[in-house]
Amino acid sequence: MADSIRLDCIATESDVRDLLIDLRARLLAATLSVEDCGTIEIALAEALNNIVEHAFPSDAPGRIALRLHLSPARLRCELRDQGTALPGLAPPDSSLPELTGPPETLPEGGFGWSLIRTLTERLHYERHDGENRLTLEFNLRPS
Amino acid sequence: MDLATNPHPDLTIITVKAGRIDAAAAIAFKDAMRAALADGPDHVVLDLSQVTFVDSSGLGAIVAAMKMTGDGRRLDLAGLTPDVAKVFRLTRMDTIFTIHPDIGQLVRRATG
Repeated sequence: MADSIRLDCIATESDVRDLLIDLRARLLAATLSVEDCGTIEIALAEALNNIVEHAFPSDAPGRIALRLHLSPARLRCELRDQGTALPGLAPPDSSLPELTGPPETLPEGGFGWSLIRTLTERLHYERHDGENRLTLEFNLRPS
Repeated sequence: MDLATNPHPDLTIITVKAGRIDAAAAIAFKDAMRAALADGPDHVVLDLSQVTFVDSSGLGAIVAAMKMTGDGRRLDLAGLTPDVAKVFRLTRMDTIFTIHPDIGQLVRRATG
C-alpha cells in the first residue's frame, strides 16, 4: 500500500476533474474500498471546487497541491493553495440548506461544506505564510 | 453535453450520455436540458445510469432542470449509481425527487 501520494493541478474546474479521476484510480490501486473511494472523491471535489471558485480570480487561477497520507485505517488529505484566505480563517460551520417550500425555491447550491463535514472524520484549516492548508481526514473500512 | 431523448406514450426518458455531472459540466448540462425540455413533455424521467459522479454543482444543475419543467410537469430520476445516490441522500434531495430504482422496468412499463 502506497503511504504517500502527491498530486497537483491548476485551479480550474476541468483540471480538478482530471485530478479527481487520477486520484480515484490511485486509491483503487491502493486497495481502498469502492465506498471509501466515493466518499473521498465527493468530499475532495467540494473542497477543490471551493478553491477554484473562491480562492482565485477566474482569469488568474493558481495552483493547488494535494498530499495524501495513507495508513491502513485512515487517509489524511492536505490541500494547499496560495489564494484568498477562508473568511473568518475557518471552514464555514454551515448546515444543509432548507428544502422546504415550493419547488421553485429549492436551493441549487450551498451543499459543499455540509457534504465535506458529513463525509470527513476530521476537518482542519490553517492559514500559514500566505498559504491555505485544508486537511481532511477519513476513516477507512477494510475493502 | 449529449442527452438522448426517448419519448414514450406516457413519459419521456432523457438519458445523460456522460460519466460526470460536475462543476466542469454543470452549465453544459443545464443548457442541454433546457433544449431537451423545450418540447414540453409532461412527465420526464432523467436516466442517470451512465453517470458515476455528481458534485454539488451537478446536483444544483439537476435541481435547476427540475425547475425548468415547472407548471404541473414532472421530472423524476432513475438509475442512480452508488456515489450519485450518496450525494442525493446526504443532501436529502432524495426526499424531493421521485427516484425510480430500475430504468429497464420503467421503459418496459412505458412501452407496454
